Amino acid sequence: MKYVDEFRDRNLAGKLAGAIAAEADPARHYYLMEFCGGHTHAIFRYGVQDLMPDNVTFVHGPGCPVCVLPVRRLDDAVELAEHHGVILCTYGDMMRLPGTRQRSLIRAKADGADIRMVYSTADALKIARDNPDREVVFFAIGFETTTPPTAVAILQAEAEGLSNFSVFCNHVLTPAAIGHVLGSPDPRDPEKVRIDGFLGPSHVSAVIGSRPYEAGADLYRKPVVIAGFEPLDVMQSVLMLIRQINEGRYEVENQYTRVVTREGNQKAQALVDKVMERRDAFEWRGLGMVPDSALKIRECYAAFDAEQRFEISKKTSREVKSCECPAILRGAKKPTDCKLFGTVCTPDSPMGSCMVSSEGACAAYWSYGRFREPARKKEAVA
Amino acid sequence: MNRIDDRLSFRTGSVDMTHGGGGRAMADLIRDLFHRHLANPILDQGHDAALFDVPAGRLVMSTDGHVVSPLFFPGGDIGALAVHGTLNDVAMAGAKPLYMTAGFILEEGFPLADLERIVLSMAHAAREADVPIVTGDTKVVEKGKGDGVFITTTGLGVVPDGVHIAAQNARPGQAILVSGSLGDHGVAILSKRENLEFETGIRSDSAALHTLVAAMVEEVPGIAVLRDPTRGGLAATLNEIARTARVGMVLDEAVIPVKPDVAAACELLGLDPLHVANEGKLICLCAAEDAERLLAVMRRHPLGEHAAVIGEVVEDETGLVRMKTGFGGQRIVDWLAGEQLPRIC
Repeated sequence: MKYVDEFRDRNLAGKLAGAIAAEADPARHYYLMEFCGGHTHAIFRYGVQDLMPDNVTFVHGPGCPVCVLPVRRLDDAVELAEHHGVILCTYGDMMRLPGTRQRSLIRAKADGADIRMVYSTADALKIARDNPDREVVFFAIGFETTTPPTAVAILQAEAEGLSNFSVFCNHVLTPAAIGHVLGSPDPRDPEKVRIDGFLGPSHVSAVIGSRPYEAGADLYRKPVVIAGFEPLDVMQSVLMLIRQINEGRYEVENQYTRVVTREGNQKAQALVDKVMERRDAFEWRGLGMVPDSALKIRECYAAFDAEQRFEISKKTSREVKSCECPAILRGAKKPTDCKLFGTVCTPDSPMGSCMVSSEGACAAYWSYGRFREPARKKEAVA
Repeated sequence: MNRIDDRLSFRTGSVDMTHGGGGRAMADLIRDLFHRHLANPILDQGHDAALFDVPAGRLVMSTDGHVVSPLFFPGGDIGALAVHGTLNDVAMAGAKPLYMTAGFILEEGFPLADLERIVLSMAHAAREADVPIVTGDTKVVEKGKGDGVFITTTGLGVVPDGVHIAAQNARPGQAILVSGSLGDHGVAILSKRENLEFETGIRSDSAALHTLVAAMVEEVPGIAVLRDPTRGGLAATLNEIARTARVGMVLDEAVIPVKPDVAAACELLGLDPLHVANEGKLICLCAAEDAERLLAVMRRHPLGEHAAVIGEVVEDETGLVRMKTGFGGQRIVDWLAGEQLPRIC
C-alpha cells in the first residue's frame, strides 16, 4: 500500500532500533510518555516495544478522548437520549463506554433510546435534516483534531436554519493536559510519574501547530518531539528524544514534518475560535478538574448548545470503585497493576474507559500485548 | 388492471400480505417464482416435506440465517450468499453437501423484481454447486417488521470415511493454511453501506468451497481442522480453535494474503483486515509434513490460487494467538470486541 508501507518498513525499523540501542546510555533509564492513544495503539499493534532496548520504557498518556471523558458527562449523554426524547448521534467508540452502574449508550439504545452511530458530523446534520420534527443532538468529544468538524457543523446548521440540531460539547485541549500531567503531581506523591520526555500529538498538532508546547517544554524542562502515528515515526521520535535527553536539551522538535507546521492549520483554528471558547475548567477522568482544558460553545451560538437547550439534571456519577483508569491515565500505573485487568474487565465487558477504546492503554495491553505480562489470576481479585 | 395480475407482475409488483396468507396468491408466488427457478426432481414433488435417499455413512447438517444489508453488493447478493454460506458450513466438516432447504421471510412491500433477482441468483449458485434446494417456506411480515428479505438455509451432507475434522484436533506443530486473501467480503459490503459509500473495485469473495474441500480431503484425509472465517474474520476463527483445543498459535503477518485495496480501505476506516469477514475462504490446520502437498492441491483449484501457510500451532494452555508483525515486533491477534460491522451475512 503506497504511502503507508513506507512507514512500516521492517528493514528501516531494524536500522532505527540499532541506532536507538547504540545511543541509549546504558547507565540511565528513559521514561517516555506517548501522550496520544494513537501512539499507544501503534506501539502495541506493531510490536514497537520489542524493538526497544530494555532501558526505554513507554509511559502511556491521557491522550485518548474516550478514556478521559468523565463518567458524569457520559451519564448526561445517556440522560439526553433517554429522558429528553432526542436522537443522539455519537461516534462509535462512545457506545460501549460504561457510565454509572455500567449504564452505557449501547444499553440505553437496546432499551429503546434513539441513538445513532455516525462517522462524521455531516452524518449528524443529515439526520437532523431528515427528521425535522425531532431534536437531534451530536455528542461531540475529542481533542483539537475533531473540534473543527464540530465547529463547521454548527456553522452549517446555522446557515441552513436547522433549528433542531444541537451539540453536546465535550471537546478538550491537549497542551493544558500535558502541562497538568507534568506540573500537578506533588513531589511527595507516591504515585509521582517519572517522565523524561514526550512523544507529542500528531493529528492534534496538525491543527494547533507545534508552538503551543514550547512554553511547557521550557517550564518543565522536558523535551517534546511531535511524532507521527506510523511505527517508524514513533521509532524515529524516540531516537530524537534520546538525543535531546543525552544532550540535556528540552526543545520542541517536529518529527512529523510532512503534516505539522509550527503555526498549524490557522483556518481551522479560526473556525473553532468563532464558535467556541475556553471553559474555566473541565473535569478529566484521571486528571480531575483541569483549568483552561476544554471548550464550550459561545453564547452567540447558544441555540446550538445542547447544554443550554436541555435541562440536564444534576446527578451523582460514579466510576467502578477498584478501576485504576485514573492512575493509568496519569501514567502512574500500568494496566497490569489493576486488579480488574483481564479478569472482570476485558474489551468485551469493560469496567473502565481505558478498556473500551482501541486507543486506551488497557485495551492495547489486553488486545495486543498481554503475552508479555500475563494477566493476574482470577483468585487475585478481591 | 386486474389486481391478481398486478400482484404477480415481477416487473412492477411487490410483496403483500396475501403472499404469505396460504391462499391463491401464495400458491402462485411459489409456483411462478420458487418452483420455476429452483426446479429439481425432489422440489418438483411439491410436498411440504422433501423425500430423498441418503447414502450410508455419517451425515452432517447445518443451518444459517442471512440478514445481510445491503441485499445486493459487489460480487454477490443475499441469494448467492445464503447458498454459499450453508454449503461452506457443511463443507467445513469435510463433507460433500447433498441437499439444501430455504426459508424466506419477506417484508410487505418488497419489490417482486428484487425477489426474483435474488431467487435467480440462488438458483444459479445451487446449480453451480450441484446441490439442489429440495424444500422451502415463505412467510410475509408487515412493513417495518423486516428488512426486505431474510433467508435461512439448511444443508445436509455426507462425510467421507476416514475423514475426522474438528476444532479439538488442533495440536502443537501443525501448520495453519489459508485459501486466499482476507477481508474481501466485509470491505465489499462496507463500500455500499449508506453513509459510508466509497469507490473500490473490491468484490465479495462469496463462493461455495466444497469442491476445494473435496480435493483437499482426497489428498490429505487426515486434515485436522477446517473452518471458514466469516464473521469476526481470521482472528475470531483462530481464537475459537485455539480456545477449544487449548493450544496457541503463532502467525507471520508478512505472509498473510490481503489485497492492497482491502488493506487500504481497512486503513482508512480503522479496521483490521484480520477481523473482517470472508465468505469464500477457508482456514486449514494439518500436520506440518502434509502442508506443502496440501498447498499444491489448493493452489491448483480456482478458489485456492493464493493459498498460503501463515503460521503454526504451538503449545499454550491459555490459547493465545500471537503474530510476528510485518514491522518486526510481536502482538496478539485477539477476538474482535463488540461488533465491527453489523449484518454482513
